[in-house]
Amino acid sequence: MIDPDHCPPNWPNPDEPGALAGIRICDFTGQLAGAGATKILAALGAEVIRIEDPANEGRWDILRGTQPFIGEHRGIEAGGSFNNHNAAKLGITLNLRDDRAKELLAELIAVSDAVTENFAAGVLERLGFGYEAQRALKPDIVYVSNCGFGADGPYAGFRSWGPIAQAVSGLTFQSGLPDLPPAGWGYSFMDHTGAYYMAMAILMALYHRRRTGEGQWVDLACIEAAGTLHGAASLDFTVNGRPARRDGMPDSNRSRSPAMVPHGVWACRGEDEWVTIAVRDDDDWQRFAAAVDRPWATDERWHRLAGRLAEEDRLERLIGEWTAQRGKAEAAELLVAAGVPAAPVLRPSERIDGDPRTSDWGMWVTAPHSSFGDTRVEGLPMRLSENDWAIGRAAPCLGEDNHYVLGEVLGHSADELAELAAAGVI
Amino acid sequence: MGAPPAARALDGLRVIEVTSERCALAGKLLADMGADVIVVEPPGGSPMRAYEPFAGDQPDPEGALWWWHYNTSKRSVVLDLDETEGADDFKRLVSTADAVIEAEPLGRLDSLGLDWNQLGASGDAARAALARNERLIWVSITHNGRDRPDPPATDLTVLAEGGPMWSCGYDDHSIPPVRGGGNQGLHMGSQYAVIALMAALMRREHAGRGQLIDVSMLAAANATCEFATYFWLNQQIEVQRQTGRHALPQISEPTQVQCADGRWLNTGVPPRRGPEFAALAEWVAELGLFEECPYTELLALGESYEQIDILHLDADPLSAEVFGAGRDTINFLAERLGAYELFVGLQTIGLACGIVYAPEEMSADEHFVARGFPVEIDHDGTPVTYPGAPYQFSATPWRATRAPRLGEHQDLLAD
Repeated sequence: MIDPDHCPPNWPNPDEPGALAGIRICDFTGQLAGAGATKILAALGAEVIRIEDPANEGRWDILRGTQPFIGEHRGIEAGGSFNNHNAAKLGITLNLRDDRAKELLAELIAVSDAVTENFAAGVLERLGFGYEAQRALKPDIVYVSNCGFGADGPYAGFRSWGPIAQAVSGLTFQSGLPDLPPAGWGYSFMDHTGAYYMAMAILMALYHRRRTGEGQWVDLACIEAAGTLHGAASLDFTVNGRPARRDGMPDSNRSRSPAMVPHGVWACRGEDEWVTIAVRDDDDWQRFAAAVDRPWATDERWHRLAGRLAEEDRLERLIGEWTAQRGKAEAAELLVAAGVPAAPVLRPSERIDGDPRTSDWGMWVTAPHSSFGDTRVEGLPMRLSENDWAIGRAAPCLGEDNHYVLGEVLGHSADELAELAAAGVI
Repeated sequence: MGAPPAARALDGLRVIEVTSERCALAGKLLADMGADVIVVEPPGGSPMRAYEPFAGDQPDPEGALWWWHYNTSKRSVVLDLDETEGADDFKRLVSTADAVIEAEPLGRLDSLGLDWNQLGASGDAARAALARNERLIWVSITHNGRDRPDPPATDLTVLAEGGPMWSCGYDDHSIPPVRGGGNQGLHMGSQYAVIALMAALMRREHAGRGQLIDVSMLAAANATCEFATYFWLNQQIEVQRQTGRHALPQISEPTQVQCADGRWLNTGVPPRRGPEFAALAEWVAELGLFEECPYTELLALGESYEQIDILHLDADPLSAEVFGAGRDTINFLAERLGAYELFVGLQTIGLACGIVYAPEEMSADEHFVARGFPVEIDHDGTPVTYPGAPYQFSATPWRATRAPRLGEHQDLLAD
């Protein structure tokens, strides 16, 4: 255990340590599903040491050099997603084809609290650093692996990334409108969410270790994490025998669990402009009816949910006529002021650079990048009153922290490191 | 004789949860890992007990499947926080707790003298009457954080103004954006809340003091939008939604194909490397479709590639044709095979893809059954199958028990 107030060298203010100060993570994660987890821990003050392969310039993580790029920059330091997912971390290079690099890795594991990775199942084992090997180096190590299908089972050799995890788990199926193909999630939702579950798993295992001295291996299968995210739909099948795959389903802009009518997305004035409205109950309906102030809204049959359910199509058409005459923000504000849940579908520009609720929160952090100066990355949606998160630096350039980690932490001399660099070991 | 039950990661941790759909998942995540989560319900029960669907389709506060799902492994007490007796009981409970998780409309608990401001380490008013609880961690989940108003909202509106919906829907933009299913707009705040709580618990082990955690659901949704955010932050470009695949600045090729049995497959990235083309051609032959498949000559050409550079296909028409042949071959197979056969067949030859399962089909799949994902939870003698562990801990396994009946653990107030 390192000093519990130890802050990584890129932490902005050592007098105000993060909640995870003193935790060191030997980090092989990449992309979003893995790197997103350790980014959160780094922003909370852990010393996250990301290990990359110098021989292929870290390209195992394809996000290093793919769009969106940081402004006009290009190349392996310029991937904007990489920069986001690795902000606040330290970065070192180890060419694990070489035994000298393996020795360095062994030294690092021996002074780390956790080892994290999201390789395909079995990759770290084949490198000689599976859980048992880690334990031999550090008996109480916490090891968290994250892959789509998990470490064992008939499909352990299958490959996965966000959209595949979403498809196999049922999340893609559950997102769509009747008589149309699955709409799914228009991004790697399960890379984000898999990262959240990975972060929780690391912290729960570290907490257990802190109190008992016992380490362990957590096998996180991203698809299983996703399979827990269907709410009551899973039980509607096992208890009531009602499958999600049935006529008219999914119909995910409406709400049947709980039943809410009206509940949906309506077009507003302008091109591709939409407002969402959710009338939660009969009291909401009264407020909604007063706010829209239309003769149809006073229809007594619609005072009760059953009446609105029976004529949902017609009701939705009438609401569409009302919203079509308004801007999305205007429509939402009018309903929210009346106490009815409503919100515009915001574009990225609107929610990032036009919504003080996110900018004042500090969601959009300006973080200095060693090659490019100021860059923009995401912050965290939580605040801790005593030990808040911070992002003092953008993602590390390839091998940027070799001297600190291999020199100061592991005690190798500058000459030694120069020799290893010349030999392509680091 | 069974082995003694394994230790739990969160053994001995007591959490008081004020019931709400906005924080129920946070309590469940902790309870299923061994924390003693006491959910405080109002007289008449949590609103979630009235949500459809119900077991046997009979409305019953003890049969709401939403309640069952989100409240596993918890204990329930009923407290009327608006009355003195209920408020006092709440304070006593909190004084025994490591953490409170609440998502009440902002200001409600404060007006009752039952907020962090009164009960937390930095509070003052009611503390004289209580044992000091310097170690208390208070987790507050609200729409915009505690410094801004807390508007009426649901899962739908959070996903709309938080960003995810902009990226979800269809190529045809006259069709509305789509809300991804499963209440993810409610989940995100809870997931971040648990991460923050665990971090604060780690800190407390060292510093001895608790703290206030303030979670914004809107910010959590904003943090869960992937490329929509990164394209804007880095290049001020907006992505556009596309059917069943990533929203991107430009329109991309479809990645979903409907198979012979009507089910869909996410094709992932088609073959790019020589051995992948070879394996695909070989499988086509094994299926007896080699003569029938019009793309075999191009597949053979593909075998000579180390890796096709798919970012620069415009400049290389032959590579584009070869790459297209891989995709066309998968579509050719989809016309002839069911989605499951195509999924397993392609994955077996090393091509990443995913069958679009309904939730019940995923739970029944042999892989997840073999890993023990679906679990039976005892409901007073009747086993009910639930989705199981989101992660497999080797030393302190995930384990769940059924959700509590209303006030089932009222006795613990007598302690």
